[in-house]
Amino acid sequence: MKWGIALLALILTLPTSAGIEVRQFPNPELEARYQHLIEQLRCLVCQNQSLADSNADLAEDLRDEVYTMLLAGKRDAEIVDFLVQRYGDFVLYKPPVKKTTWLLWFGPFAALGLGGILLWRIGRKRRPEPPPPLSDAERRRLEKLLQDHGSDDA
Amino acid sequence: MLKYLLPLGLFAALLILLGVGLTLNPREVPSPLVGRPAPTFTLPRLDDPETPFDSAERLRGRVSLFNVWASWCVACRQEHPFLMQLARQGVTIYGLDYKDTREAGLQWIERLGNPYRAVAFDTDGKVAIDWGVYGVPETFVIDKQGVIRYKHIGPITPKDWEEKLGPLVAYLEKQP
Repeated sequence: MKWGIALLALILTLPTSAGIEVRQFPNPELEARYQHLIEQLRCLVCQNQSLADSNADLAEDLRDEVYTMLLAGKRDAEIVDFLVQRYGDFVLYKPPVKKTTWLLWFGPFAALGLGGILLWRIGRKRRPEPPPPLSDAERRRLEKLLQDHGSDDA
Repeated sequence: MLKYLLPLGLFAALLILLGVGLTLNPREVPSPLVGRPAPTFTLPRLDDPETPFDSAERLRGRVSLFNVWASWCVACRQEHPFLMQLARQGVTIYGLDYKDTREAGLQWIERLGNPYRAVAFDTDGKVAIDWGVYGVPETFVIDKQGVIRYKHIGPITPKDWEEKLGPLVAYLEKQP
């Protein structure tokens, strides 16, 4: 039992990035760009992971591509373009703002605005309306009532 | 009346939206290559390393299917008999053996039959990346001008063929 727990603990603490290969970079700046790029690109096989996180074969190949292009002196935008041309905007965790993505980008704000307007209108409707002013006859009656009750209480 | 109809209507709209969302397959990522000329490449043929498979020459002039497969891929095995059937019907199919060993690829063809007119051997998967392949099997429909007209992800089933690929191929055959 003890050994079982120890074994389980060992398994749980094994590095989860076992599939991420070690790479050599001529300078730390390039390494930082590499790290940044693979973190903002999505793996197509395991769709909720970035290229940096994924152990999928394809992710490894695509990391290779990114690495080779970086060493070849390509700019970040060129590397991202290379992948978008092949896999579409889907590879980007942050899709570009264009007509087909308007709903995605602005939809939540539109929904929030709509909800706000609705809430405001409902709130306004629920507020009790101030009663109409009393006519002279009513006022006299009121005064009389108050006086009568006042003397009752005393 | 409107007071009750409005929330009900909104709820129904949301229900429809979510319902449609459930029927979509998130694994099917639309390819930006559809409507564009097929990426060109030259690779050795699977059956003969000395003979090149030249895509610019092969993938034009007739409507063809370009099927990406691998001997290690289970879904490809499931798809294979149907590809054999299509080949018998006279459909032109080219293959791309993806990240495979030559030995295993050849064995597959030998044992299960060869539906392909020719197979290109993409051992490091670089050509597949150019084609935006992210899982095997994937099948591209190429028209006579060498333009990609459709991408099918996953094994082709007889239903897929009847509903989508078959009619498209028949239509493209009639085009100049």
